[in-house]
This record gives sequence, C-alpha cells and structure tokens, in this order.
Amino acid sequence: MTEIATEVGAAALELDALDVVYRVRGRDRQVLRGLTLSVKRGEAYGLVGESGCGKSTAALALVQYLPRNGFVRSGAIRIDGRDVLSLSGSELRRHRAKAVSMVYQNPGAALNPSIRIGNQVAEVFKVLGVSGSDATDRARAALEKVQIADPGSVMRRYPHQLSGGMQQRVIIAMALATDPALLILDEPTTGLDATVEAEVLDLVAGLQAELNTSVLFISHNLGIIQKMCDRVGVLYAGRLVEEGDTESLLSDPRHPYTVGLLRCVPRAGVRKDHGRLDTIPGFMPNVGDQLPGCVFAGRCTLAEDRCHTEEPDAHVVGAGHLSRCHFHDRAQTLPREFSADLVLPNVDRSVPPLLRFDDLGKVFAQGGHDVHALVGVSAKIWIGETLGLVGESGSGKTTLARTLLGIIPSTSGAVVLDGRELAGTLGKRSSDDLRSLQIVFQNPDSALNRRHQVRRILRRSLKKLSGLTGNAAEARLHELMQAVRLSERYVSARPGQLSGGLKQRLAIARAFAGDPKLVVCDEPTSALDVSVQAAILNLLVELQAEKRVSYLFISHDLGVVRYVSDRIAVLYLGRLMELGPSETIYDGPHHPYTEALLSALPTIDGEPRERIRLEGDIPSAANPPGGCVFHTRCPRRLGAICDDVEPPLIEVEENHLMRCHIPLEELRTLQRGHETPESAGSAT
Amino acid sequence: MALITLFLLSVVVFVMAQLLPGDVGRNVLGPFASQDQVDRLNDTLGVNRPLVVQYWDWISHFLRGDLGTSLQYQVPVSDLLGPALANSLKLAAVAFVLVVPLSILGGTIAGLKRGGITDRVITVGGLSLTAVPEFVTAIVLILIFGVTLGWLPVTATAPEGASIPTQLEYLLLPSFALVAVLFGYIARITRSSVMESVDADYTRTAYLKGLSQRQVVGRHVLRNSLLPTIAVVATQVGYLIGGLLVIEKLFNYNGIGQRIYTAAVNKDFLLLESGVMIVGVIYLVATFIADVLYSVFNPRIRVQGSE
Repeated sequence: MTEIATEVGAAALELDALDVVYRVRGRDRQVLRGLTLSVKRGEAYGLVGESGCGKSTAALALVQYLPRNGFVRSGAIRIDGRDVLSLSGSELRRHRAKAVSMVYQNPGAALNPSIRIGNQVAEVFKVLGVSGSDATDRARAALEKVQIADPGSVMRRYPHQLSGGMQQRVIIAMALATDPALLILDEPTTGLDATVEAEVLDLVAGLQAELNTSVLFISHNLGIIQKMCDRVGVLYAGRLVEEGDTESLLSDPRHPYTVGLLRCVPRAGVRKDHGRLDTIPGFMPNVGDQLPGCVFAGRCTLAEDRCHTEEPDAHVVGAGHLSRCHFHDRAQTLPREFSADLVLPNVDRSVPPLLRFDDLGKVFAQGGHDVHALVGVSAKIWIGETLGLVGESGSGKTTLARTLLGIIPSTSGAVVLDGRELAGTLGKRSSDDLRSLQIVFQNPDSALNRRHQVRRILRRSLKKLSGLTGNAAEARLHELMQAVRLSERYVSARPGQLSGGLKQRLAIARAFAGDPKLVVCDEPTSALDVSVQAAILNLLVELQAEKRVSYLFISHDLGVVRYVSDRIAVLYLGRLMELGPSETIYDGPHHPYTEALLSALPTIDGEPRERIRLEGDIPSAANPPGGCVFHTRCPRRLGAICDDVEPPLIEVEENHLMRCHIPLEELRTLQRGHETPESAGSAT
Repeated sequence: MALITLFLLSVVVFVMAQLLPGDVGRNVLGPFASQDQVDRLNDTLGVNRPLVVQYWDWISHFLRGDLGTSLQYQVPVSDLLGPALANSLKLAAVAFVLVVPLSILGGTIAGLKRGGITDRVITVGGLSLTAVPEFVTAIVLILIFGVTLGWLPVTATAPEGASIPTQLEYLLLPSFALVAVLFGYIARITRSSVMESVDADYTRTAYLKGLSQRQVVGRHVLRNSLLPTIAVVATQVGYLIGGLLVIEKLFNYNGIGQRIYTAAVNKDFLLLESGVMIVGVIYLVATFIADVLYSVFNPRIRVQGSE
C-alpha cells in the first residue's frame, strides 16, 4: 500500500484510512472502517460487495454528497492529488464539474423529468463557462460519442421518451463530457436487460480504453467486475477484506468471504440435480456494530477465538494481492454447504401435463392501437418440473404469468390445468384453482402487508386457501415456517423487521399455504444479494423435491434460470422463439436470439463467449416487424425470407422447438466457434 | 364529468333550499299580512307547485341564462348576483395575488431548510393559522389593525367613487384573513414537493455537475416541485370562495357570499340556488384550468410515450 502512495505522480484516487459514520439519534454509526485503496491513472478498479457493505457510501463520500447525517470522521480522500475534504464551496463545485463524474444505478431517476435531454447535457459545458450555442454543439458531440443514433432528435426529447439503455448512455455522455480524472460507476447496469447491459458495458469499456479514464466500478456482480476491471477490492461491513488483480483474486481468493461469495453464484453448467448452491450463513453486521476482531468472523466457518478479538492485518498473499484474514493461507478450505442428497422428482412426461398453454394470445387496446402482447403461445408443464421463462423486458413474460394466474383474461386460446380449461379471470375460478396456482413476486416488500405480523399473514393465507382456522391453522403455520426455514422467533415480527431474504421466505411460505400444484416465480431473487439468492434457490429446489410442485420460473438472469429449470422457453415480442430442455437451450445449437442473450451474460468462469451484438432496442409490440419478428436485430438474418415470412415454431430435434428459417445443422455449424469446450464435446 | 358534478350540485342545492324552514309568502309580506294574502302570493310565485316542476322550471331557465326573479326583492337575480360576483372576485383576486407568492416562497424556503428554525416557524405558524377559523382570524385582525392601530378600515366596502388604491386599502384587511387561512395549506404542499425534488436523484446529478445551490434550486428543483403546487393552488380557489361567505359577512362587504347568506335567511330560492350554482361553475372552471396548467408544465403528460 505504501508503495503506491510514494509513487511519483498522483494516483487518480487515493483513499487513506477513511472512516465514515452516520449519526442516528445522536450516536455515530460507523459505515466505512478505515477504507484504504487507490486507483491508478487509466486503471479500472472494481469495488464489490453485497448491499449494506458501504460501497455506495464510499462513492458518495468521494463526491462529497453524503446524506445530511453522514460525516467523514477521519482519513483522507485525494482525487487527482487534491484533498477533496478540504475544498471550499466554490472549489468543490469546480472539482465536481471537471475532475470527478458519476454514473448512477437508476438512469431514469437521475435525469430531470422536465428538462429536454439536450439542455441537460449542455448544462455540463455551461458550468464550465461555455456559451449557449457552443454548449449545444458540444452536447451533440458528446451524445455521438456514446453512439446514440440521431442525437439531434434525442436532444429534443424528454427522459421518459428514452429507453433505459438510452438514458444510461445519456448519463455516460454527461459523465465523460469533461474528461474527468475519475469516473465512478455505481451499479450502472442493475435493472437493465442483459442485452442492454452488455451494450452499455461494451460502450464504457471502449470509451475507457479510448480516453484512458480512471474508473471506480461499484457492483455486486462478480461477472461484470471480471469483464470490466483490472483490480478488485472486496468490501464487507465497511472494510476492504481483500484486494488484488482481478485475475488472481477471482481464481485464487484468499479471504473466506470472497471464497463464499464466488461459490454462491450459480456457475455455468451447474443445475439443481447437481446439488445445492453454497450460501453464506448468517447476516452482515448492522451499520455501527462494534466489531473488535475480523468483520467477517460472525459468519465465517473457519473462525477461531482469535478472529473475534484481534483485527487481522492486511497480509500480502501475492503480487499486489492483500487479504485481511488471519488464516488467509487456508481460506479456500472453507467448508462447503452440507449437501444432503436431494431427491428431485422424476418428471414423467408420458402422462398428460399438469398445465398447458393452448395457443394463448393477449391483445391490449392502447390508445386506439392493438398491442399484441402474446401471440399463439403453446407450452406444457409437467408435475414436478420447472419451466424457465426468459426474454428481455417487453417480451411478454409477465403477461404470460398474469394470464396464467387469471389476473388478466387472455384474448384467445386457453390455459388448461389437469385437463380442465381455466376461467379467464380470478373471480370466475374455483377456490381449488386459486389454491393450485400461486405466485412469488420479485419484490416481497410490496407483496406483503407491512402492518401485519408474520402469523397474521400466514394465517390469512391458510384460511383463504385451505380453509384452516384455529389449532389446525396454527399447526400448519409452524410447519410452513419450518419448510421455508423461517425461524419460529419471527412469528410476531412484521415484514419491515425482516431482511430481504427472510421476507422472500415469508412470501414463499404464503404461496405454499394451500399446497399449490404450480408456483409462478417472477424474478424471485433479482432484488437479493447473491448469498441470499443462493439460499432462496436452494429452498425452492428443496420444496420441489419434497412436494413435487411445478414452477414457472421467470428471470432475466440466465445463470439462475439454468440452475433451476428442467426446460426453458425463450420469448420475444410475445412469441415463443425456442423451447427445449435446459442443456439443449444452453449448449446449442440455439436460436439466434437465444444465442445473443447467452453471449450477453457476464460470467466469472471460462473464456467469455464472443459477444453477439443486437442492434437497437426491442421493437414495440404495438408495431411489430413483419416476417420473423426478430429479423430487425438478428445477427444471422438470411435475407428476404426473414423479412417477409414468419417462420413456424417447429420441432427441430427431439423435444426442441425453434422458430427460425435457418436449418438446425446450419446453426450448429455457424455457432460451433462460440461453444464452450464442454458443450462442443456433447455436440457430435 | 364536470357536467354530472354540476347536475348533482343543482339537485342537492335545490332540495336543501326547499328544506329550509319558513314560508316564502310570509317572509315577503311580513307578520301582519293575512294568511289568505300569503297563500295568494305563494300561488303567484309558484312555490306551491310540485318540486320536480319547480326544479325543471328553475334549471331550464338557468341553462338559458335566465336566472329568474328574486322573490325577496322582485328584481332579476342576475342584477343582484352580477355586481356581487364582481365584488367577490375583486376581493378573491387581491387575496390570491397575496397568498400565492407568499406561500410558495414560504414553502420553498421551509423545504430547502428542512428541520431548521425557519422551517418550523413557517410550518407550525402556517398550520396554526389554517386551524383557526376565518372569523376568529378576521376579528383579531380587525381588533389589531382596524381598532387598536387604526391603520386600515374595518369595513371592506370603499365609499362610492373611491380611487383604486383606496379600494385596495379597504380590501386589504379581509384579504389578510383569507391569506391566513390558505397560506399554511399551500405552503405545506410546496414544502413537501420541494423536499421530494431535493431528495430526487436528478438533483444529485445536478449538484454533481458542479452547479451551485442557487442554480440547482432554480433550474432543477423548482421546475419539478411547482407542478403539484399548481394543482393545489387552483383547487383552493373553491375554498377561497367558501371562505368569502364568512369574511364578507364580517366586513359587511357586498359580495356573492353575503348575497347567498341573505338569500338563505329569507328563503329567496332562486337567488340562493343560482348563487350556489355560479360558485359551483367557478370552482369547476378553476379545477379545469389547474389541469390544463399541469399538463402544460408536465412533459410526461404533454408529450406522449417514446417513439
């Protein structure tokens, strides 16, 4: 560390023993604990950690925009050699205008809704004293730089008229406009579709190489960090527990937390029948907790007495590789999750399916236009299996789930459960049907009544779905809580007192109150940290093994979908593009759209696949392209036939349906170059 | 939608007016007339006909712009309401011109200095003033500025032929009473929407661009926080007119509130009903203007979706 500090020429960023506290009810609660790191010029430094570890606080401290109760208690921040903490008001403004820029997590909220894009970008230059028309010209140039097509028209628009990806490009344009010494990216692609995420990351990587900008990249996603960063720091409870070159840190982690974090992520090729995912037991300490020893000791299965009392030094474990662990040399021996053998149900596909979508269609009337949200979707789900549903936002995933649940009626076709056609709306369905089909939402916060205690939430579901009251309900309630591993002591807690993972367990318990036959899981883990995500996925798989329940699993995270799904359906503009067993969908040959989705996935293992770029955004369902709906973005478009004739969904090989004009064998040849060795072996 | 509201209002007002105690003929002729005379007058006025017939008679004429004849004064209702309405609008306009900038300024300052002394003075002070009924505020104001200090006249009506500044002087005290009632409400709405914009991500973006606080507030915060305020201000027009009723009575001012009040006391049906209807129309027009303003200022409503 001291090496870097004495180097000639200031680093882009230097944090020196930074302590940040939040003052809550007169008490200082420590968020950052002696954070020391430096970002060299032209370097991309990744700061990884789960929610609550202090990574966003670090970013806000750098730009001196902490919440009003947040203070830097001690330590130093130097950006481009300047001590940020001692800047006066006007110096700080100048510093923000020139030296440091930030790209935020939620681009839609970061742009002013009532100012035209052009004016918002031009403002960056006006602050530096550039005159009106000059600023406009430079704003246009800045937008061109981030590859926005037709910047002139974009400049006249308001933020709500742009897609999420475009909004983020605008923010990036503003951030890089003044060639800052340091660019902070705080979860810049969270909430964007995988294909858009990949585009934004490509753009940032390209511009960074071109402008030689120094970057502090904050993310919870190790795959993205690997793709984007030269060095990584792992932040836990406000302390940097490990730091090193991306390559060596991810391949040879020396802190138990890093080891655990890496194991939580569903790796390529791992499926539920291969065993459970690893998790990190316990919870991150609360902000302000007194932690005399190692910050991770409370959750570390390697911890000994010494870890709880004595703070570990930063041990040098390799070239530029530091670990704050007393036992860094055996961090990788961290015991794996106790993996009791799961007996997954054998899916018997010779019997009639549990659920069938029969040529399902949904048309919304919107401002005089018909929007075809679903077009002729047919699929089957058998007892005990999981059908994964993937596609970009706007592809019709949610509409399909809602139609299935009876929240909205379909306009054509039918949903058939156990051989009976279901009524279109909830009100007309029998209580048996309601009980059979349940849902777990993405955001448990808004799905659970925050005024009710856990007991009341579950008792209500038990009464509504199973007609249980009194002692019978109470007994079942405890069974349910046990089934979802929700400790008894939470029975009188309200959702607000539970962590995100516990809330999702409660939501799952609620869905299982009536012994459902099929549960729709709508992005159930995308709001959760990876370690919690792993635990929730384990739980869903365990419940499936126990109760032979079927899932319709919707997610934009293809790694997660692969882990839980037996078969996968790919939707695009309301049409089924591909449907088949998980391995087939992942190993290929794939539909060109699936191929693009997979190549956009940032992964932490193996060689990255060659990126297949998709041009532009998903077209509007109100005005879908003629012919094959994907032809406008398809990298493998054949020619006129794709523009004019919509290909049928046909069985190209056993159990593998695809909607493409290109013959399977040709796709196999075309895609051979991009396959992972493992899958190339299986494709004979 | 607005038409349905007006229709319902007309029915409610009509029925309520009929429920008022007292006899029209008796009110007009006084206690010494014979019952026979009273009955004959009631027949002439048509107040003995079935309610539906009376309602139809009134509303059909009202819609054609014929407000009827006052039972009490035997002159066209429009001759009575017209000047009264003009007087009321004058008073309302003065109050409005005072309260809007004052309360928006107060609310903005409170929102920017959240939690500070200034904020507390404005919020608590405004709320207390709103909570006190207007007749109390008015009497206190009269006692202080009119009686004790003698700075302002205690009535609202200027002498015949007075110059505009003098007329304004007479209107100042009753306006203050109205301002006191409305200030707290508008200021609170402004404060909360300013705070919401201050906390918004786009405000952070603006600060991190290196703009000064003045620029951030002027260009980014106010533009977004005044939107909801506009809607609230316009709905207060209706409230203002309701407040006029009491204030006009207290300051002995010849406005529409005073007219409606007297009409209710005298069971002067047509005057009462038409007066209330006019207030209703004004309220709806104000709300409509608020909606139009809101969409003019809000690009998300003005410019539909993405292309």
